[in-house]
Amino acid sequence: MRKWWWKILCLLLVGYTVVGGMLMPVPRLNILNETIRNLYFHVPMWFTMIVLFSCAFYYSIKYLRTGDLKDDVYALQFTNTGIFFSILGMLTGMEWAQYTWGAAWSNDPKQLGTALSMLIYFAYIILRGGLKDDEKRAKISAVYNVFAFAMMIPLIFILPRMVDSLHPGNGGNPAFKQYDLDSGMRLVFYPAVAGWILLGIWIADLKIRVGMISYKKDFDL
Amino acid sequence: MGKRILITIYILMISVSFASAETEMADTMRSNGKIYVVVTVLATIFAGIFAFLVYLDRKINKLEKGK
Repeated sequence: MRKWWWKILCLLLVGYTVVGGMLMPVPRLNILNETIRNLYFHVPMWFTMIVLFSCAFYYSIKYLRTGDLKDDVYALQFTNTGIFFSILGMLTGMEWAQYTWGAAWSNDPKQLGTALSMLIYFAYIILRGGLKDDEKRAKISAVYNVFAFAMMIPLIFILPRMVDSLHPGNGGNPAFKQYDLDSGMRLVFYPAVAGWILLGIWIADLKIRVGMISYKKDFDL
Repeated sequence: MGKRILITIYILMISVSFASAETEMADTMRSNGKIYVVVTVLATIFAGIFAFLVYLDRKINKLEKGK
């Protein structure tokens, strides 16, 4: 019943990222040196987070339209997995920054915007923990999730681009301008993004199915 | 005089070529073949993670069918 092909695709893409990301040629840049390979691992974490939060946003709106508690399970687990990937993205970014920007935390606009948006999503989990009634929790957290997603867009995509930032693609520049010069990196980067997004969806899928089992148990369906 | 300028330019060129050669990449590591050790370690970890995901997926599948 379950379709396996995209999971196999995910395995192939991430496997290719690990091997190709280490061995394929990269541009020689001072300061960055070989750490430019982090692009294949650090950046896709954020892409995955954005996709997962978008899915959560979709299911929150769907819940508000239908009132079906199953949509709430979807929204919750997509958000949980998104938070997991945001933590991975933040940690890998700080590790990378420590050795290239000179400090793990340099109050970079994008770091700050992302940290704020992570705090907003942490509050989603805390908000859910504070409500006992299923219907009420689902409704209030769905409304909150729409707000959280609406806050994430300016915090991550708009505000950091209006000021100078250490991140490439900020301070008025369109993203990926630097990498456009190097088509060799794209050969790994695009499959990497696709592979990591699929991995995020796979983990979310597992969590949703577990959530569904306990949901059915609770309601004796 | 002309000789001195030539020598200066020559030294400058040498220093420039040295500076560009100093950008450290993993060449040595590759020539020793040791980058492949890192690739193997990473591949092992990812094989482990994927094996675990497949195991979980199958287990959840069974639980869903058991209902």
